[in-house]
Amino acid sequence: MDTVMAPTLDPQVALAELGEKKPDRVTLVVLSGDMDRVMAAFIIATGAASMGMRVTMFFTFWGLNALRRPGARTRATDGLRRMFGFLNKGGADRLPLSRFHFWGLGTRIMKLVMKQNRMPGVPELMEIAKDLGVKFIACTTTLGLMGITKDTLMDGIDQFAGVSTYLAEAKDAQVNLFI
Amino acid sequence: MQKDVMLDTLGLFCPMPIIKTSKKIKELKVGQVLEVISDDEGIKQDMPAWCESTGHEYLGLEEEANGSSIHYKAYVKKTR
Repeated sequence: MDTVMAPTLDPQVALAELGEKKPDRVTLVVLSGDMDRVMAAFIIATGAASMGMRVTMFFTFWGLNALRRPGARTRATDGLRRMFGFLNKGGADRLPLSRFHFWGLGTRIMKLVMKQNRMPGVPELMEIAKDLGVKFIACTTTLGLMGITKDTLMDGIDQFAGVSTYLAEAKDAQVNLFI
Repeated sequence: MQKDVMLDTLGLFCPMPIIKTSKKIKELKVGQVLEVISDDEGIKQDMPAWCESTGHEYLGLEEEANGSSIHYKAYVKKTR
């Protein structure tokens, strides 16, 4: 007599398979707008993505400067925020060093040394991060607070969101960093 | 050591050798061996860590003196 075999499922095997397929996750809060700190954030992000991890970067406060297109004018309507957006210069290539900036000279020398050693700078690292599928989230609250309007930001920002979006990602991640 | 594909990362610093490795490995067939040449000492620790995380097999490392610098050759076997 022919019997139809029911497919058997070993729960332990299924679980092991599931665990193997689920990628590790990393989130980084980028609050700083200093070149060295932002660089460290992108080095960790690109490294993690290369290791097969899923990476989310949440940009807030000064970290938003890395996402701004250099020279783009703010469209903030009220005077104070307009002034703030104007005084706080942005652009991934224009971030100052956290120390030894020396009115631009220190940062310029550091960039020169990096170039001589074929080290990627912030703009290059950002491009690599996007290429590797790193997710960028820009904080809407601080965008408003700092007089930065969306149209002055770079392309390729995946989400404009707030703290709940960040926490929803962070609670399932194994590595959560605040830079 | 026997290799199928070679990746030159000489002169590049962390995280570039690892990023380039993760891209290059996609071009290989399962079972093929990738040789990554680097002069960044960090690769000695980073390549086994990358393999452990991605599941590819780390076959070992050879060091070769090259003038004043050392060339590190790491070998990775694609497993999936």
